[in-house]
Amino acid sequence: MIDILNLDKSFSGQKILSGITLNIAEGEKVLFLGHNGAGKTTLIRCLLGEYRPNRGKVTVNGHPVIGERVAALRQIAFVPQLPPPIRFTLNELFEYAAKIGHCSIDKIKENSLYFGLDAEAHKHKAFYKLSGGMKQKILISIAFSRNADVMIFDEPTANLDAVGRDCFRKLIGAPEMRGKTIVFISHRLEELSSIVTRVVELDLGEVVRDERV
Amino acid sequence: MNQLFTIAKLDFFESFRSRWFAGYTAVFLLLIVAIFLSGVTESRVMGFSGLTRLLLIFIQACNIILPIFILVTTVRTIAKERDSNVFEYLLSFPVSLAAYYWGKVLGRLLVIWLPLLLTIVLALAIGLVRGGEIPWRLLCLYTALLAFSSFTFLGIGFFISVSTKSQELALGIALFVWLLLIALIDIALIGFLIQKMVPDNLVFALALLNPVQAFRLAAIALFDPVLSVIGPTAYFLLDTFGSTGIIAYALLYLGFVGMLFLSLGFLVFRRRDLF
Repeated sequence: MIDILNLDKSFSGQKILSGITLNIAEGEKVLFLGHNGAGKTTLIRCLLGEYRPNRGKVTVNGHPVIGERVAALRQIAFVPQLPPPIRFTLNELFEYAAKIGHCSIDKIKENSLYFGLDAEAHKHKAFYKLSGGMKQKILISIAFSRNADVMIFDEPTANLDAVGRDCFRKLIGAPEMRGKTIVFISHRLEELSSIVTRVVELDLGEVVRDERV
Repeated sequence: MNQLFTIAKLDFFESFRSRWFAGYTAVFLLLIVAIFLSGVTESRVMGFSGLTRLLLIFIQACNIILPIFILVTTVRTIAKERDSNVFEYLLSFPVSLAAYYWGKVLGRLLVIWLPLLLTIVLALAIGLVRGGEIPWRLLCLYTALLAFSSFTFLGIGFFISVSTKSQELALGIALFVWLLLIALIDIALIGFLIQKMVPDNLVFALALLNPVQAFRLAAIALFDPVLSVIGPTAYFLLDTFGSTGIIAYALLYLGFVGMLFLSLGFLVFRRRDLF
């Protein structure tokens, strides 16, 4: 499903990723581990086509993320570690997700309610004015409402309370998620241990551990 | 195209709610009201009075403040989203970079045109209420000149925005560009020419290539076909192009510069890391 081949990425001459080669099969649940600065976020941004590799390439279901960006990203739903200060209202953010990400606004609202958040009641509020937890719930709700084959979560539960984390685990563990490829970046290995099927550890931009669990 | 219009619409409404938009709109509307209240429409200078006089003063003010307003508000468009990681999320969706970039351009263009259009409508309303003759041809040409000029500075602003790594740097470059363009209008050019003995043709070329000067020449040519109120560079250009030629040149040149910088900006946007 995801093929990363000989990926190098440098910034101002400093190598952040070095010769990363990974093949992530359909249905795998992969956890990326590593210290701060290990290159996890850079790898994810390369995977999303947001960074252009200095060498190598990334394809999603055969589509290179640089070159066939729309086809590749149509299959990916992403939740960042820190919700960005998007100035759209919730209504506008949902419209963006629905029209660009091909999902249903009703489904987003339904998912939000599952997290205990009534998105309808906040629809005219600017996204950036919501609390950290609310923003994270909204982004997770959008990700789950998209019919994406690949889901990427960067510390998805960092801003969630205990109830929110429990809801997230239930959604991830739902039967319809079995066939989906999921990539996590998290330091909370114990929280995801029942879900992940593979652990990839990065250190100084290289894969130092790749184990099926 | 659907993606482009979605981005344009969302950007338009987002900007519409922002404080800079309220300030930008207020400045232009208050400027017209202030010029009217100052009583200049009652006076006659060089044969101009009424709405024509009001517009003459307004367009001179726009020559200086329109570029800086548009540059300052536009350079932050892309730089701000990149700085604050908004890009990381919004561009993780399957949106084409062309739709995203040109959608932003379209949205922002509508946002900067709307207050200008409102200002023209307000000036027209003042003219109608006062009952004087409405200079329709002038009004239309003037509206076109404002539209093309704002397009130029939007293009320059977008180019700076995508080419710089931070909002602060983008803002600094925008101010420098504005100061440079203002410094290179006629009076400074003449001083430069006298001091440095620069070849005349180079000075005329600089005047023609400066969008602020092109705007100024056309703006004055609209009112004063012999360009009696500006300096020797203008005389040369008037001799070469004629007043209609100057207006046509200014509109085409402003459109060209805007499109050139927008296209260069898109190339940079498409070929670089997104943030």
